[in-house]
Amino acid sequence: MKISYYPGCTLKTKAKNLDRAAVASLAALGVEVNEIERWNCCGAVHSLTADDLIHQVGPVRNLVRAKEQGADRLVTLCSMCYNTLARSNRIMKNDEVKRDTINRFMDEEIDYAGEVEVVHFLTFLAENIGWETIKKQVKVPLTGLRVAPYYGCTLQRPAEVGIEPFGSYTLMTGLLEALGATVVPFNAADKCCGSYQVLGNPAGENSAGAAILNLAAGAGIEALATSCPLCEYNLGKQQQQMLDKGKIGKGIPTYYFTQLLAIALGLDSASCHFELNDRSSVELLKNKKCLAAA
Amino acid sequence: MTLTITAQTLSIASIEKLNELSGESVKLCMQCATCTGMCPMVQEMDYSPRQVMHMAQFGLVGKLADINTYWKCASCHACSVKCPRGIDIAKVMEALRQQVLRKSKNYIEPSRLSAEAIAEMPQIALVAGFRKFTS
Repeated sequence: MKISYYPGCTLKTKAKNLDRAAVASLAALGVEVNEIERWNCCGAVHSLTADDLIHQVGPVRNLVRAKEQGADRLVTLCSMCYNTLARSNRIMKNDEVKRDTINRFMDEEIDYAGEVEVVHFLTFLAENIGWETIKKQVKVPLTGLRVAPYYGCTLQRPAEVGIEPFGSYTLMTGLLEALGATVVPFNAADKCCGSYQVLGNPAGENSAGAAILNLAAGAGIEALATSCPLCEYNLGKQQQQMLDKGKIGKGIPTYYFTQLLAIALGLDSASCHFELNDRSSVELLKNKKCLAAA
Repeated sequence: MTLTITAQTLSIASIEKLNELSGESVKLCMQCATCTGMCPMVQEMDYSPRQVMHMAQFGLVGKLADINTYWKCASCHACSVKCPRGIDIAKVMEALRQQVLRKSKNYIEPSRLSAEAIAEMPQIALVAGFRKFTS
C-alpha cells in the first residue's frame, strides 16, 4: 500500500518525534509513504472570518500539490494541519463562489474543487490497516501502561471535520488497546490545552494546561497520548515549569501516539526521538519495560 | 432604522458588521451561558463569552473594545459545538479580534518575544499566535 503524506513544518523540526516514529511504523506495517513534493505551511489555524479568503490559499495550495501529483487522498498527522487542510478542503468542495475566487487568484495552479480527501493518520490506521493487524505485529506490548488518549480541540472540532464525534475517543483507544496498553477513561480528553495562548503567557502559567494535567493525575493516568505538537508543548514541555511554580501536583509523561506505536512494534527507539520529549517520558517506558532492549 | 433599547446602545451598524465578518447572527443567542461553561480560558477573561455575546447583541462597541475576552480565546470551538442556538461563537470572537487587527493594531508584538521562547516553541504556536494576535 502507498499513501501520499503531508507532514507540515513542525514535524520536520521540533516534532520530529511525531513524524519519524509514524513513518518508521508505516514502513514496518508495509505502507510506503510518499511525502508530497513542494508542500508549504498549512497556516496552522483556520481563518474564521467570512470574508478572509487569502488565508485559504496556503492550505489549498497543498491540496493542489496533492492533486497534481496524482493523489486522491492525503494523509496527515499533526492535528492542526489536519484541521486547516480539511476545513479549507470543505470550502473548495462546497462553496462555489469562494472556490471560484480562490481558483482565479491562484491562476498559476490547476483548478481545484475538493477532489483530494484529507485523512488523519489515526483514521487511516483504523480503516486501512485495522487494529487486529496491528495487534498481531506488536512485539513489545505496552502492558501495564495506564495511558489516556488526549485529543485536544482540532481532531474533533468543528463536527464537520472531526475524525469522530465530539466526546468519542474510539480511534486512539482502539490503537492503544491493540498495543497492549491499559486505556484509562479521561474526562478532559477534549479540553483545550491553551493552544497559541502560550505566546502571551509566561512559561508555566498556562491555567488550561495545568487543569488538564491535574485532572489526569486525579484519574490515575500515568501517561497521555496526543497527535498535536502544540498540545505536547503546552502539556509536556511546559510541565517542569508548572511543577516548579506549583501549578500542578504531579508530572504526567506525554507521548505522541506514533511513538507508542513504534516502540510496541519493536522498532529502534532512535526513530522515536525521545530526546525531544520530557526526560520522564522515556524513564516511564523503561520502568514499564516497554522499550525493546537496545 | 435605529435601535433604542438602552442609553448605551450605539448602533445597529456595529451589530451588522459583526454578523457580516463572523457569518453568524449574534441575536440568536439566548444567554444560556453554555459557552461560558465550556470555555477553558474563562478564568483569564475579564468578561465571560456569554457576557460578550450580550454586549454584541446590544452593539456596545466601546465596551467591546476594552475587554480581553476575545484575546484570551484559544479558538478551541468548545463553545461552538455545544451552543444550543447553533452559533459558532469562535467565529464571533475572531470577528471581534479582526475588527481591531484590521486597524493595524497588534495585540502581541513579535519583536518582544524572547529568543528563548522562539527557539523552543513549535512553529504552529508561532504561526497560529501571529495569525490571531498581529495585524
